[in-house]
Amino acid sequence: MKVVAWTEYCLGCGLCEIYCAAQHDGYNGNVLKIFKKGRPMHRSRLLKAEQGTWLNTCMHCTHAPCINGCISGAIKRDPNGIVYVDYERCVGCYSCVMLCPHGHVRPWSERHQVLKCDLCRDTGLPSCVANCPNGALQLVD
Amino acid sequence: MAHNIMMPAFKVQRDEERCIRCGVCVRQCANNVHNLDEDGWMWVQDDKCVACHRCAVLCPTRALNIIEYPLDFRGNQHWTPASIREIYAQAQSGGVLLSGMGNPRTYKNYFDHLLINASQVTNPSIDPLREPMEMTTYLGNKNHHSCGEKPQLKLDIPLMFSAMSFGSVSINVHKSLAVAAKSLGTFWNTGEGGLHPDLLDFGRGAIVQVASGRFGVHPDYLDNSAAVEIKIGQGAKPGIGGHLPGEKVSQDVSLARMIPAWSDAISPAPHHDIYSIEDLAQLIETLKVATRFEKPIAVKVAAVHNITAIASGVVRAGADILVIDGFRGGTGAAPMRIRDNVGIPVEMALAQVDSRLRDEGIRSQTSLVISGGIRNSADVMKAIALGADAVYIATAALIALGCHMCQMCFTGLCNWGIATTRPDLTKRLNPHLGSERAINLLAAWKHEMMEMMGGMGINAIESLRGNRLMLRGIGLSKEELGLLGVKGVGE
Repeated sequence: MKVVAWTEYCLGCGLCEIYCAAQHDGYNGNVLKIFKKGRPMHRSRLLKAEQGTWLNTCMHCTHAPCINGCISGAIKRDPNGIVYVDYERCVGCYSCVMLCPHGHVRPWSERHQVLKCDLCRDTGLPSCVANCPNGALQLVD
Repeated sequence: MAHNIMMPAFKVQRDEERCIRCGVCVRQCANNVHNLDEDGWMWVQDDKCVACHRCAVLCPTRALNIIEYPLDFRGNQHWTPASIREIYAQAQSGGVLLSGMGNPRTYKNYFDHLLINASQVTNPSIDPLREPMEMTTYLGNKNHHSCGEKPQLKLDIPLMFSAMSFGSVSINVHKSLAVAAKSLGTFWNTGEGGLHPDLLDFGRGAIVQVASGRFGVHPDYLDNSAAVEIKIGQGAKPGIGGHLPGEKVSQDVSLARMIPAWSDAISPAPHHDIYSIEDLAQLIETLKVATRFEKPIAVKVAAVHNITAIASGVVRAGADILVIDGFRGGTGAAPMRIRDNVGIPVEMALAQVDSRLRDEGIRSQTSLVISGGIRNSADVMKAIALGADAVYIATAALIALGCHMCQMCFTGLCNWGIATTRPDLTKRLNPHLGSERAINLLAAWKHEMMEMMGGMGINAIESLRGNRLMLRGIGLSKEELGLLGVKGVGE
């Protein structure tokens, strides 16, 4: 499974990033709370280029270089094929950041760990897909 | 020109406790109302706000609200705030006041003064969930006595999408409505701006328009259609032509319309080859020949004072479908004075035309389609009971696609991706979502219409057509009841 961005209909509004941040770190989708009280950290990034805008998000590769390269076994694949970070184990070596061919994994300098899309695996439909106002994001197998 | 003395029409209220400075409103407003500087300060320019609600709808924390600007004038029943503001605007610009969408004034709405019947005891009502309910409608000349059978349009519901030209609306509106019409078993209308090459596959589901500008009219356009509609007039601006500003004539629009890009597309007020009913008859015949008598030819006229005589002439000129557009009908741009003061209500025009055509024995030669301000399924039922064969909707369809009725279509800055040709704005309407919403709307209306028909004990839309005994007028004068041909409540 992965989220596919439909560049043709991406507005570049940035709501995907906002709802992504709010869905993680225990804020359970409360946008106001994370932006007022917390440190919003979105997992996927909205990219802007001449051709348009699109959400750059993890492909959850079948042969994921980030899993292979992780020195502490922190990046794992769950039974649904979702590649996620186990924060108990991540030591912030950033091997995965260097290995990801798509630039989806980002350093989380504040916690000295990494950020990547986990397809909101604890809550169902990914928050970015659920909240895209123009149907520009789709969850595909 | 010195300082503009006009105060804003709307006020943007930002709840600072809720605003998270995410900048969605800044990125979404094509009118540049919201600005966020590097220091995190929001700067709102109320003057530019048109109340399209794009920012408020997309704000993730519901921090935005838009209200009418609360600055009151001293109360005056004659010089209302709107009339004062219109003078300020004209004193500033020296131009004709423009507006979009239909007539918003407080004229009597006859649909709201008509009530629908229901069966009780003496005749059984019908449950549409358990019994069949026939909604199929055929549009075209039913007078088969001369020259054999005439071409008919088959509609699964007595509703069609009305004419909106590509250029006045975005390609994604056309895509949404074309897909929806195909799925619903009905038709959409290209409007006067030709057919976009991407939509050639949907041509057979389209009623193509031939208007006074003849934009985009060529043999393949006529061939690749379900029917051809000659547009004589439009309810929002009867008697005047159209003017698509050059800013909206992009490369795509110029290709579809067959005119130079970025040039104004001006539809003349009259067709320069139609100055009489006989001339209209010639054009109808020409189009019938051009389409090898395989397609019905419709003629669209605006509801005006002597509509009955006009309608009689149009039917005698050979129109298979007569479309009457009332003064509530929408538009992408019209001079405000024309939109607000010219034309008559479509309900009255419909009742009168239906009666006149019956009296003259030519009702079977044409199908009557009405348009102009149809808001819901009850309006549709009332229109059909007054004599319409089918109903065109456009404003309701656009609202389903996201339109918030800010009436600023003529600026080309539609934040909902509807009345614009700017690529970055056009993409805001995803036709996959748009078609789904249009299908949902019409499916919902169909359910409601079936319920109302069942209540009346009617199981086929054909039995409701022109069945004015199913209507009663409330709060109408004797004269109005007589003109509408309905009895008063209690009668």
